[in-house]
Amino acid sequence: MRAFDAGWGGAVWKTIGEPITNVSSRYSSIDWEGRRMMGFNNIELISDRSIEINLQEMAEAKRRYPKHAVIASLMVESKRETWHDIVQRAEDAGADGLELNFGCPHGMSERGMGSAVGQVPEYCEQITAWVKQKARTPVIVKLTPNISDIRMPARAAKRGGADALSAINTINSITGIDLDTFQANPNVDGKSSHGGYCGPAVKPIALNMVQQVCADPASALPLSGIGGIANWQDAAEFILLGCGTVQVCTAVMHYGYRIVEDMQDGLLAWMAEKGFASIDDFRGRSIPNVVNWNQLNLNYQIVARIHEDLCIGCQLCYTACWDGAHQCIHLDHTSPAPDTTRTPAMVEAEAARRISTTPIPKLDAGGSGSSNARTPLERIPRVDEHHCVGCNLCSLVCPVEGCITMERIENGLAPQTWAERVAAGITPGGACEVVNTK
Amino acid sequence: MSGQTSFVQQAPNHPETSARFGDLHPPFDKQAAIPEANRCFFCFDAPCTGACPTHIDVPRFIKKIASGNLSGSARTILDANILGASCARACPVEVLCEGACVMHRFNKQPIQIARLQRFAMDSLHASGAPLPFAPGPDTGLSVALIGAGPASLACAAELRRRGIRAQLYDARPLPGGLNTYGVAEYKLPLVESLREIEMLSQLGVEFHFATMIDAEMLAGLEHEHDAVFLGIGLGGIHRLGIAGEQLPGVTNALDLIAGYKSGECTTVPARVAVVGAGNTAIDAAVAAVRLGATEVHIAYRRGPEQMSAFAFEYEHARLEGVKFVWHTQPTRILGGESVEGLELTRLAASADGQAGSEFCLAVDLVVLAIGQGTHSGLLSGKVQVERGRIVIDRATGQTSDPKYFAGGDCTNGGREVVDAVADGKRAGIGIAAWLGAALASA
Ligand SMILES: Cc1cc2nc3c(=O)[nH]c(=O)nc-3n(C[C@H](O)[C@H](O)[C@H](O)COP(=O)(O)OP(=O)(O)OC[C@H]3O[C@@H](n4cnc5c(N)ncnc54)[C@H](O)[C@@H]3O)c2cc1C
Ligand SMILES: Cc1cc2nc3c(=O)[nH]c(=O)nc-3n(C[C@H](O)[C@H](O)[C@H](O)COP(=O)(O)O)c2cc1C
Ligand code: SF4
Ligand code: SF4
Ligand code: SF4
Repeated sequence: MRAFDAGWGGAVWKTIGEPITNVSSRYSSIDWEGRRMMGFNNIELISDRSIEINLQEMAEAKRRYPKHAVIASLMVESKRETWHDIVQRAEDAGADGLELNFGCPHGMSERGMGSAVGQVPEYCEQITAWVKQKARTPVIVKLTPNISDIRMPARAAKRGGADALSAINTINSITGIDLDTFQANPNVDGKSSHGGYCGPAVKPIALNMVQQVCADPASALPLSGIGGIANWQDAAEFILLGCGTVQVCTAVMHYGYRIVEDMQDGLLAWMAEKGFASIDDFRGRSIPNVVNWNQLNLNYQIVARIHEDLCIGCQLCYTACWDGAHQCIHLDHTSPAPDTTRTPAMVEAEAARRISTTPIPKLDAGGSGSSNARTPLERIPRVDEHHCVGCNLCSLVCPVEGCITMERIENGLAPQTWAERVAAGITPGGACEVVNTK
Repeated sequence: MSGQTSFVQQAPNHPETSARFGDLHPPFDKQAAIPEANRCFFCFDAPCTGACPTHIDVPRFIKKIASGNLSGSARTILDANILGASCARACPVEVLCEGACVMHRFNKQPIQIARLQRFAMDSLHASGAPLPFAPGPDTGLSVALIGAGPASLACAAELRRRGIRAQLYDARPLPGGLNTYGVAEYKLPLVESLREIEMLSQLGVEFHFATMIDAEMLAGLEHEHDAVFLGIGLGGIHRLGIAGEQLPGVTNALDLIAGYKSGECTTVPARVAVVGAGNTAIDAAVAAVRLGATEVHIAYRRGPEQMSAFAFEYEHARLEGVKFVWHTQPTRILGGESVEGLELTRLAASADGQAGSEFCLAVDLVVLAIGQGTHSGLLSGKVQVERGRIVIDRATGQTSDPKYFAGGDCTNGGREVVDAVADGKRAGIGIAAWLGAALASA
């Protein structure tokens, strides 16, 4: 109810089922360079409070906030009667919809629930069908990412009659080991267990799965996007890949319900800027822009270009291209001619031999220390465009926004994809004996 | 006397002076150090490293702080600069590493390299771990080092790591030269300089204190040792050559600073005039403020633009309440029993009077800070000297006499601790190479 007061449109209730006991501790996280909880992990199961209490509270919430959507997340043992019973009770309590938790990767799965269901398309289809026999409200199936191809359970849920899908649940994880005790986190009396990973770190994985589901006609259903969403930009990206709604868990646990204010405000401002009146104006708009690799234009050519006026001279692009890409960035701006033979080791050796002293105004008449406002020319790297493969690495490591841009080279070649090359017999298609999932 | 005696225990303990000269740049705590370390870009061929005269691998030691490898961080620092803790506090980083940091062109906030360096060094000291280097296997070679300031200490460390005996001779009772007796206490307390040297002496450096080397003794040392290193710094402060200079109440900046640092002097009178506007003058003026003076003037013969002090030192002095009298030259020191006033002549017209007019500052103490002289006597004809500086090959520190090497203020005209360390380090390596070559050809 505090979430609704803060501005959230709806809530998916913590999964309800036959009460279990949760352990302490339950959470652990990955920090990154001083920022907390870049990735979050839990070994919490479903609600440890009774079905009765949960449903009483749900009824109370619905009574006080009739306009807000309340979805009951459910997980019970894989028996038709049990599912029918819980569906009935949740709907009687006033739930606006049901979310079937086929995703929880720990604890429940060992008892044949959660991801144990989500990982077997037949079970997924079966339970969805049972629920649909009883349900009067929309049924959402929540998918587990702990599977090779998310489309398998998605298609099964669709066959079972699901009204909608949500993805993703958490990803199997061990967040870390304590280097003093050699115990894993989160620590429960010296032991840990694999948990479910979420938070900002999982967003790319979630986006990929969302795209796979939305682009697959046999899977596609209304989709609620989940996984690492923390702000309006994240939300917009999920919607662009086809989601109709989004859900947030970790970011709220981190910063509280109040984050919804900017999610709303920022999204509306962006929509106004782009001329979108509603979510439907841009939902799924990016789906066609993600294709199979063999549909990419092989004749598209770009190269890195360094904007010298912006370069601060950190030379991260240089070391990245030498050690991580194609050795085509050079420090030869002040050499008489382009020099592609000077290696990073030679640069470092020269620097080590250089003698520098503290500039003292009295002793160093004239140049009293060089100004640090401009990058010295010898520190600005140069891209050898003939050898640049256009991989982006340098532009990704460059700390300065817009300093390295990737520029298109007009090579006069007509677009051509791998698929077209294969079709034209230029490249062999390759033997493919395994069953195609398409 | 050998390195057995604890230098730190010999440091004076004056709580009042310590309180008055609290840290100008307070240390980082862990919560602040790690985000700051993470902010560093880890530049390739980092400009901060290039600007550091000792070429400390700055990004490397910073990233070790970020990864929690504090002992590795301190080792990285000490490997390049054996006085890494002193330098972290004493270096004018605005014109060195931090001045060169690429962040000036990114978000205008350079990485606080010195404070990170101090963080790593303080952690090493707090851990009680020994110096992370061992002396090299004994070569039977030995070198005499004249002076036990930063230049000689750095040279000695390189020699010991290569198994060469290092015998240091200094006129003072404690090691460190101006690192111990000169650097302002609010930057580098005397005891911290000694703590670092104490650690360095674990390499088996041998000290001979209270030993003033004259030309005759030098000839003896040359004979006994395989090489001689000159790390004698600069000489005393120049005199003005005006009337009244012999009065009680006239002192010089080095004596004043060494006096308060070694605990011999704990207060100054109310009104103080400092003559000169270099970094030393600024240090003396700020020290006078901290020692209780209520009115401190700096008199300089030229204007703020020509001042040889670093801009940030000038700013600091102004914040401390020091007043500047520009374009004036002292012409007489007035007083009967002791100093009562300083007569100044205007060298340029100002709102208060024309060029050539005189006026008098009522003062109780006059501190001269008009530059240091050189030690020409000791060297009389031994090695080539130009404009008061011993001439050396900069890469090896070798002088015109191949058996003599030199470094630090006596060769560079008076720069900073870190320059002396860099000179000493190059000379130590240079001496070892020269001796090695001499051995090989013998
Ligand atoms: C007031 C003042 C403040 C300073 N502040 C800073 C600062 O904040 N940061 C910074 O980096 N640098 C500072 N410096 C500069 C720095 O102290 C010097 O550059 C550095 O100490 C030079 O080291 P050195 O080894 O060449 O000489 P010194 O430190 O001068 O050491 C020379 C040693 O040789 C001894 N000696 C000389 N002749 C003989 C002899 N004949 N026989 C025996 N012993 C002899 C002396 O007693 C002395 O101990 C300051 C200097 C001064 C004067
Ligand atoms: C502590 C915690 C408990 C969770 N419990 C449930 C649950 O009971 N039922 C469920 O379907 N998902 C549960 N999840 C998964 C989230 O609903 C969500 O799918 C996942 O965390 C990814 O979204 P996020 O990155 O916004 O957190 C839980 C996640 C966390 C962190
Ligand atoms: S795009 Fe890749 S290959 Fe080209 S310069 Fe950058 S890093 Fe090197
Ligand atoms: S990474 Fe960017 S800022 Fe750094 S040197 Fe390369 S182009 Fe310049
Ligand atoms: S220049 Fe600045 S950002 Fe780059 S390595 Fe040095 S301290 Fe780090």
